[in-house]
Amino acid sequence: MKAKGSTVNWKPIKKFPNTWTVKPNLLDYDKTYATFSWEEVRRELDGLPGGKGLNIAHEAIDRHATGPRRDHLAIRWLSREGSVLDFTYGDLREQSNRFANVLRGLGVGKGDRVFVLAGRIPSLYIAALGSLKNTSVFCPLFSAFGPEPVFQRLSRGDAKVLVTTERLYRQKVADMRERLPQLQHVLLVDIDEDIDPGTWSLPKRLKEAATEFTIPPTDPEDMALLHFTSGTTGMPKGAIHVHEAVLTHYVTGKYVLDFHPEDIFWCTADPGWVTGTSYGIIAPLVHGITNLIDEADFDATRWYRILEEQRVTVWYTAPTAIRRLMRLEIEPRRQYDLSHLRLIHSVGEPLNPEAVVWGEQVLGLPIHDNWWQTETGGIMIANFPSMEIRPGSMGRPLPGIEAAIVRRVNEDKDEVEVVKEPNVEGELALKPGWPSMFRGYLHEEKRYQKCFVGGWYLTGDLARRDEDGYFWFVGRADDIIKTSGHMVGPFEVESVLMEHPAVAEAAVIGKPEPLIGELVKAFVSLKPGIEPSEKLRLELLGFARSRLGSAVAPKEIEFQANLPRTRSGKIMRRLLKARELGLPEGDISALETSE
Amino acid sequence: MTEAQIKETIFKVLGRIAPEAQLDKLALNDNLRETLDIDSFDYLQFLIGLNEELGVEIPEADYGQLTTLADLIRYLSARVR
Repeated sequence: MKAKGSTVNWKPIKKFPNTWTVKPNLLDYDKTYATFSWEEVRRELDGLPGGKGLNIAHEAIDRHATGPRRDHLAIRWLSREGSVLDFTYGDLREQSNRFANVLRGLGVGKGDRVFVLAGRIPSLYIAALGSLKNTSVFCPLFSAFGPEPVFQRLSRGDAKVLVTTERLYRQKVADMRERLPQLQHVLLVDIDEDIDPGTWSLPKRLKEAATEFTIPPTDPEDMALLHFTSGTTGMPKGAIHVHEAVLTHYVTGKYVLDFHPEDIFWCTADPGWVTGTSYGIIAPLVHGITNLIDEADFDATRWYRILEEQRVTVWYTAPTAIRRLMRLEIEPRRQYDLSHLRLIHSVGEPLNPEAVVWGEQVLGLPIHDNWWQTETGGIMIANFPSMEIRPGSMGRPLPGIEAAIVRRVNEDKDEVEVVKEPNVEGELALKPGWPSMFRGYLHEEKRYQKCFVGGWYLTGDLARRDEDGYFWFVGRADDIIKTSGHMVGPFEVESVLMEHPAVAEAAVIGKPEPLIGELVKAFVSLKPGIEPSEKLRLELLGFARSRLGSAVAPKEIEFQANLPRTRSGKIMRRLLKARELGLPEGDISALETSE
Repeated sequence: MTEAQIKETIFKVLGRIAPEAQLDKLALNDNLRETLDIDSFDYLQFLIGLNEELGVEIPEADYGQLTTLADLIRYLSARVR
């Protein structure tokens, strides 16, 4: 099938990198792609002293802290209230060493999962890096998750340690601690004295901990990060990443984000999502540059002020934020000095061409969209700084990554066929084997194996490739919802709604929304004898919000007496979505009944 | 319009977005978004809702200064007819 839509409306944005003061690291895409080797990338990293393997935290901190960049600013943290906290590479080394020693002192070791549930506070970053040093596994949780998503992830991820604040602990964890027998240690970042055995004061322990720590031998294949992501049919799954992933973090920092030694980089993503870890923590530190962190949530004027005052040079943000900035009735370059800004990147959902061009016209720089997902661990397809931008396209594959459009030939035979002709829609697939490829879904080998068909990793995203190798996003192949740049699994939301005594059934879809991509919308059918009312709608909304948290809970709830089902009894979310959009309902031969 | 009426309107709009919130426990200087778990999108809907109820235009540029109940009451009192 030929894809709809056309690219002719938006003129390509040409680049003239030879005229730029700062030369991009990747000047010739085709040549770099042709000659690229991961072995050479590995040689640009240090490895642990004495040939004892490869550890992300050594590449991110220790190698700089023991060299000429020891006093270089590693992290500048801006508090919500306006104070600033600076960490040099030397400071980060000491702090993360202390944290690693705290873990060791508690008997936490290799492979043990250390979860962090917190906003963007310094302790989060110290804990992430200290956990990696200790060869434990860092698992971030988004702080706007409600108690239910937090419980699911702690439980499925075998959390042994949780680092969090007293408020979040009391709101979201304390009540279910008994249901988490593996959770031995809760480290609270904002109390001075221990609460009880197992609920400790982190500051007290950090103060007592030694400042020296030797990273134990680390196999590049040792588990380093666990990122939960949503599934269509089941509960969230934990994507496993290993220390070797740092090769991808490094090379994307070099070629896509185009880091140079004096850069000040600001990734606005929260480490609760994979972007905020791979690029909000690891990649800039591996390059030894300054990583800016803002504790506050989106605020248009604050953001422009930060770009100006902090002299940000490379900025990695998200379509949702860009569309909010586009709402502002100001000319930012008249009010703010953005002259230090060299590059703007975006990820999370496809960036509409209007936003790419808005960047060029209003900020003076086009916005570079890129594509990747939790499972890929790092950027896979990108608009590179030196390469022409085709507004609306996600760009071309990273050197070292082979991407293709495939279609399933025979569901039973485990085969796919690569679509050779350009501009044809199919599933976006990657050739397995890159360093940051996920190595499994924790405890769910079958779900992992299902992602690989006929020698390809199938991403679940539908896309097309044009004649010059630029990829264009089309949509999801499944029912997963992309909202504000993160994924929500409909099943997780439906399960919670169905716990309410009035609810018979629930079906959850992503409803297109211009600012956040899609919003979570629930269709609910009620038990016999219960009448729909505005009061009940609000009660369900509150019920879902208090269990799931604002990041996952539905924003809209609609009552519908009979939800459409297939003959086998499965609720047809796709049909609900088609109706919501006013689209043709397609083949409904499998449909049993609706109204 | 009195401050009490403005507060009542704020609670009415909040009640549509975060119906589970215990608004009587909300202190004047609590950070609204953090205390009530209101994300960026919800907050936008909240401010749009206030605009509809009170007829006060709140430009995106001002959103950042409106983080507490006290901020909102002050801001709206100065602008509402």
